[in-house]
Amino acid sequence: MIHALIDPFVEFAFMRRALVGCFALSLGAPPVGVFLVLRRLSLMGDAMSHAILPGAAIGFLVAGLSVPAMSLGGFIAGIAVVLLAGLVTRSTILREDASLAAFYLVSLALGVLIVSVKGSSIDLLHVLFGTVLALDDTALILIAAIATLTMATLAIIYRPLVLECFDPSFLTSVSRLSSPTHFLFLVLVVMNLVGGFQALGTLMVVGIMLLPAITARFWAQDISNMIIVAVAAAFAASFIGLLLSYYLNLPTGPAIILASGAGYLVSVLIGVQGGLLWQLMPRKHLEA
Amino acid sequence: MTQEKPPAISFHDLTLGYDRHPAVHHITGEVARGDLLALVGPNGAGKSTLLKSIVGQLKPLAGSLSLDGLKRSDIAYLPQQVDIDRSFPITVFDAVAMGLWRDIGAWRGLDRGLSLTVLEALHTLGLQDLGERSVGALSGGQFQRVLFARLLLQDAAIILLDEPFRAVDTKTVEDLLRLIGRWHSEGRTVIAALHDVDQVRVHFPNTLLIAREVVAWGPTKQVLTAKHLAKARQLTEAWDEHAEICERGEAAGERMSA
Repeated sequence: MIHALIDPFVEFAFMRRALVGCFALSLGAPPVGVFLVLRRLSLMGDAMSHAILPGAAIGFLVAGLSVPAMSLGGFIAGIAVVLLAGLVTRSTILREDASLAAFYLVSLALGVLIVSVKGSSIDLLHVLFGTVLALDDTALILIAAIATLTMATLAIIYRPLVLECFDPSFLTSVSRLSSPTHFLFLVLVVMNLVGGFQALGTLMVVGIMLLPAITARFWAQDISNMIIVAVAAAFAASFIGLLLSYYLNLPTGPAIILASGAGYLVSVLIGVQGGLLWQLMPRKHLEA
Repeated sequence: MTQEKPPAISFHDLTLGYDRHPAVHHITGEVARGDLLALVGPNGAGKSTLLKSIVGQLKPLAGSLSLDGLKRSDIAYLPQQVDIDRSFPITVFDAVAMGLWRDIGAWRGLDRGLSLTVLEALHTLGLQDLGERSVGALSGGQFQRVLFARLLLQDAAIILLDEPFRAVDTKTVEDLLRLIGRWHSEGRTVIAALHDVDQVRVHFPNTLLIAREVVAWGPTKQVLTAKHLAKARQLTEAWDEHAEICERGEAAGERMSA
């Protein structure tokens, strides 16, 4: 049994690299996801993942399948969409979700256009679904660097970020950190999506960011515990997903996300914070 | 003695509104330092608008407002519609501790002394047993106590409260009024927008009655007369989409013949 769990990683370097890459990803993306969920911006992660596509595509056109070029392009495109959407929100009547939707849809169409005019459909599949089993050194270093930077930044902006989620008008009334915090947080979202799309593709990367975070809501009562649970859930999903893909010969990205999805479904049922099962078996209430 | 103190807030022909439509017209006057002032008026009289402009969330359409020697950070403000996410996973202790922002900012930790200050605030508001409870588990009244505990820790020179007793049980209202009285005795300036005239008569020495303009301002007994209240009701007219440009100057006190 133990052998079945460990052997693939002992035997094949590409499996080890994939595991390391996914673990690094699991350290950075799920904590960001926790804050996205708490700010009720879950769907924004999805929108942003589409927004980075044209940048990655242009990077691909300029430099071929180069990790730095595609990442830089994706990052620039993502930040551009965030800034433009923010600008439109602040200066017109549109709310942030609507202006963001407008920009990411345009961005996505542009991305698909660029990739299909200039590249083959295999390239498109590569960008959309990632290649977790072919992570080279550059990709691994990039993912690890992003995870490190993410954790450091989150530690620095933790308190204002929590307050920005819980009671934004109070934060505005006591400090000027509200806008910088919001912007830095969006940069983290874009950065982690860019870091993840090498491995899981632009579509699947949102999964590793949000599914563990949503799962964590069923297990923890405060934010720091939620973050810990989310990272643990992402680790588990990465491990199980990689093994599933190895033994059953499944595409790796979807296998990891589905493993994470399974964790979510289980949590909906038996999670200690409002899981369905506990609601069906009411316990006696306390004295106070 | 109150008369000789410098004003905490002065309004100079202040007009406030949204999209060029004024909500409050031509307010001139001063709020004395240490005043306990009730802001009374019918719905749509511009009470919230006035408070928002004091905190700086709303720029004047005309005129100006000055905080004499005080900064915006000296003001603690409890808005009427707090856009607080009540389902957010945060404990009562942590939510209240955020009132210490001026001391701890974004990065400093709570030392023993500050933790004790938080516990003391919880105790003052009768929340001592709920510190570890998550805010989602509180009743409306308890939650309002949390917000007041946070205000208490903000230790502000000026405290603005917008309808602080809405949907709150009577026991809580009594406790909160007692706290407001304590703030008053500590020399803080407190302005509270309220609609319960009887409550104002008992607890607030001064009243500003507005109905899109100042109806009366002064000692509560002289302000809350039947005549003034009737005038206030009559003045709160509907929002006029096609209103003319207001030409009224500082001197003119009479109503326009629109």
